[in-house]
Amino acid sequence: MSLFNIFNIAGSALSAQSVRLNVVASNLANADSAASSTGQTYRARIPVFSALMSRYGDGLATGVRVAGIVQSQAPLRSRYAPGNPLADKNGYIHLPNVNVIEQMADMISASRTYQDNVQVLNTSKQLLLNTLRLGQ
Amino acid sequence: MGFNLDQVFGIHADALLLRAKRAEILASNLANADTPNYKARDINFNALLEQARGGATAGAKLPLEVTHADDVQASSAGLGRLQLLYRVPLQAALDGNTVNAQVEEAAFAENAVKYEASLTFLNGRIRRIMQALKGN
Repeated sequence: MSLFNIFNIAGSALSAQSVRLNVVASNLANADSAASSTGQTYRARIPVFSALMSRYGDGLATGVRVAGIVQSQAPLRSRYAPGNPLADKNGYIHLPNVNVIEQMADMISASRTYQDNVQVLNTSKQLLLNTLRLGQ
Repeated sequence: MGFNLDQVFGIHADALLLRAKRAEILASNLANADTPNYKARDINFNALLEQARGGATAGAKLPLEVTHADDVQASSAGLGRLQLLYRVPLQAALDGNTVNAQVEEAAFAENAVKYEASLTFLNGRIRRIMQALKGN
């Protein structure tokens, strides 16, 4: 029954979007985590989604999964702060390449998609319940 | 007078199956709203319904796929293999994704209402039969 599959499809989307929200939260939390060298600095994480395709090869996607979480290749920020205990020998601290504005936009996008999928779940549940009551 | 349940339910039995399938396709589009390179899919509802109905009326039924010499052809009409089409994107996205969440949401809502409509018709017909059986 196709309507039951929607619970799996929308459920996979809900978990993928919550992974995305988690990643955004961790990026935002570490937006100002300074380090003494570029090797130790936090780099923004980006989740990569991929479609789960039907095993019957008919081109229908049966959900979405998080294929992996990659690190952003954007350049790190360095700031001259000789008073900071983490400053290197030249007086610089190294800050993550997290773009806070970009992360906020990503957060809103993830939250909207999450809401869309909750809506889909609710509608499908209602349709199934009405189908169960057929003829009563 | 002959009494055939299939004829009593008419087009709505086939329509319900197709609507449920379409709901699944639209749900997977929404689930993959943020998946790079995912292409939104849909079906041509009217053409497929015609095909499914054709088996019952004109003998032009959808063939089941035969992958083995012992496979049998179904004698009744069915949905068979759905031909999935690609949605024409309204606006190109940089990551190759062609899902427009608003379009999919609208299509999903429309599909859900029409599913409910078919359910209502079926309910009405069942009620009429029950009335005839009880004779009051």
